[in-house]
Amino acid sequence: MLRAEGVGKVYGGTVALDGVDFDVERGRVAVLIGENGAGKTTLMHLLAGVEQPTSGRLLLDGREVRFASPREAAEAGIAIIHQELSLFPDLSVAENVFAGREPLRLGLVTDRARAERETSAVLERLEQAVDPRARCGALPLGQQQIVEIARALVGEARVLIMDEPTSALSPAEVGTLFRLIRELRARGTAVVYVSHRLEELMEIGDHLTVLRDGRRVAAAETRDASVGWIVEQMIGRSVPSERPHPSAPAQETLLEVSGLSLRPRAGRALLEDVSLDVAAGELVGLYGLMGAGRTELVECVAGARSASSGTVRLRGEPIERLALPARVARGVFLVPEDRQGAALFPSLSVAHNMTLASLRAHRRFLALSSAAERETVARMAGELAIAPASPELAVSALSGGNQQKVVIARALLTRPRLLLLDEPTRGIDVGAKAELRALVRRLAQGGVGIVYVSSDLEEVTAVADRVVVLSNGRVTGRFAAAEASHAALVAAAARGHGRSPGRDAA
Amino acid sequence: MSLLLRLRAVVALALLASVFSWLSPAFLTQGNLVMLAKHVALNAILALGMTFVILSGGIDLSVGSVAGLAGMTAGWLLHDGLVLRPLGVVVWFSAPSVIVIGLLVGVTVGALNGLLVVRTRVAPFIATLGTLYVARGAALLLSGGATFPNLVGRADLGNTGFTVLGAGVLLRLPAPIWMMAALGLAAWFVAGRTAFGRRVYAVGNNEHAAGLVGIRVARIKLAVYTISGFCAALTGLVIAAQLQAAHPATGETFELSAIAAVVLGGTSLSGGRGTVVGTLVGAFVIGVLNDGLVLLGVSEFWQIVIKGVVIVAAVIVDQLGARSTTGTAPRRQR
Repeated sequence: MLRAEGVGKVYGGTVALDGVDFDVERGRVAVLIGENGAGKTTLMHLLAGVEQPTSGRLLLDGREVRFASPREAAEAGIAIIHQELSLFPDLSVAENVFAGREPLRLGLVTDRARAERETSAVLERLEQAVDPRARCGALPLGQQQIVEIARALVGEARVLIMDEPTSALSPAEVGTLFRLIRELRARGTAVVYVSHRLEELMEIGDHLTVLRDGRRVAAAETRDASVGWIVEQMIGRSVPSERPHPSAPAQETLLEVSGLSLRPRAGRALLEDVSLDVAAGELVGLYGLMGAGRTELVECVAGARSASSGTVRLRGEPIERLALPARVARGVFLVPEDRQGAALFPSLSVAHNMTLASLRAHRRFLALSSAAERETVARMAGELAIAPASPELAVSALSGGNQQKVVIARALLTRPRLLLLDEPTRGIDVGAKAELRALVRRLAQGGVGIVYVSSDLEEVTAVADRVVVLSNGRVTGRFAAAEASHAALVAAAARGHGRSPGRDAA
Repeated sequence: MSLLLRLRAVVALALLASVFSWLSPAFLTQGNLVMLAKHVALNAILALGMTFVILSGGIDLSVGSVAGLAGMTAGWLLHDGLVLRPLGVVVWFSAPSVIVIGLLVGVTVGALNGLLVVRTRVAPFIATLGTLYVARGAALLLSGGATFPNLVGRADLGNTGFTVLGAGVLLRLPAPIWMMAALGLAAWFVAGRTAFGRRVYAVGNNEHAAGLVGIRVARIKLAVYTISGFCAALTGLVIAAQLQAAHPATGETFELSAIAAVVLGGTSLSGGRGTVVGTLVGAFVIGVLNDGLVLLGVSEFWQIVIKGVVIVAAVIVDQLGARSTTGTAPRRQR
């Protein structure tokens, strides 16, 4: 019914999707699998008109189509459920479901009663007791996801694209959703389903397509595929397990996290009884799927969030009650995942971005010494191979890799004992990635304890001395570098995601 | 070209000044320039404090009312004294201590603004709109709405000298101009050369990221509103000293001129970008415009219209400049 032929998408200089063929058939569930960054979401967006392909073409019922916007795609009968919730928190459930296509009375006034009636009907099919008049932002996360799904269902779409629709759903809700998908399938709707949860895919999928690095690497009927085969295809060639670094000699324990839990007032626990030790000079990889709690864990350690319970000790001293600045003073520094939103000061210069966390060291009496700052920037630019044309340049003018190096230079200038790196290589090019990894290794050899969060299997196994795997807020695996095979990590990261809680024991 | 863009406020100022001096021979006389600077000083002092608040990503609408309240506090203490009825005594304060108390009133209201913004997370616009009304009401309550006249003081009470604040002259320049210069220098140093100033820019640029690098964001915010309160109080005291009277309506709409000066000086209302020198230039642009239009005999009503047009035009030019230098990279929102 919907067919993509050799579609590609290039962002700036990065190829996100490279000549991919993908078929969606009537009354079938087509599943897309791949690691983070493999191009799944990009492909979804191209199909749903959220973005336009830079090469290749889309065919709907054999005719070439071009969607300039999600609205055009929707008019052609293609609906998408986004991975990240895109609801209006201050509008009601019904208003959200009908946002942009409100039923009108006399072609003028919104027919609220009808919108609420139809929303109720859809929610009933989803077996959800959600009041159509409730404010969306007030609902728990799982119900918000239900609203997101309901939104795609009211249009009676011919092609329904679901990008990780179950990430915030309970097993019972997942069951209902699956029943509904089967019902839609029986009525001839074509469904595209993306998820990280392998058990789920095996259960609901008819046909699966594996993406890796923006390319289609394999496709098979689900009944012919096994979990092992899928993992193999996702990871690709068996990676040489040569480790350029010797295992770190045992050193004094730097960080001890024990019994750490983070339970928001509503929704599921983000962290549950997590323990983590890091020795000085040790590089611990933290692997897991999106939403596994990795970011929350490092934020709790850094002091950017306060945990509900548990202890965090740095060299024996309890620090869980200290505010973030006090932890920075003790040598704990976080390099956050969201570089643009949480680390960069876009209109400050490269130099000012770099020295911001170590202003005290650049002070002579009352004033900041620009000579001292210049010297620092020159030194760090040399050490980290940062290539700004000028330190006076606004940091927003640098490439992603150089921006990240500036952020890391800022962290190093605080002389950290414990460095928390959350997806430090996200969104930067291959060359800069390799440089950053080498740099991080050097730091560890210099005695800094490092927690390295990554959802990139190759990266985490290549760089870390030890890998800890989180899934659904719990530690589901601890591996020494030698034991951290890709298959073992993927299996641990998927644990607790299926609908069989009996197998959850971590 | 980029230099011209950076100096656009200065260019605008020079352009305005030359047009007025061409149209009116009275413009470039020493007397007129000193008077112009004296008028500018009041707005400039307010705007200097406002610059810090806006750089941090906030706004302070209460400055006009705080100026009024500080002036009225001084007027009350000089005119009525502090009446302690149960003891049957009236305490009189010397002029310097009246000034200190007036400044303390401003600092207190400023700190209160800061606390409101930091603790209750009320948007700065709303929090300071609230204190705008409260401070104005308090100023009216002090006298029951009347003016405190004759603030020259009485020698027998030992409270003369307050008016020096407005009428004092040093090296042929009136006191307010010296204050503007001193505060301008201090603000330039603090904003551009100190760790505190750098942190103010950082908070205005990306508050979330500022918190993550260990900046105590709450303290920075508290400080900038306190600075603004101090500047506002000083302005109010100078006005009371100049008029030798404290009127409860003093300072109404001053916040708007102060914000206009800051914005004309190229400071971004969304925070994180701007300079102290720009603010001073902005204050002078407004001052020259006022003065020149009066000299030319332009109707008072037209003056208001022209001022509005100039402010909007300046900001449009400013945004064009910002777009051409930093690009319009979309920023991800969380």
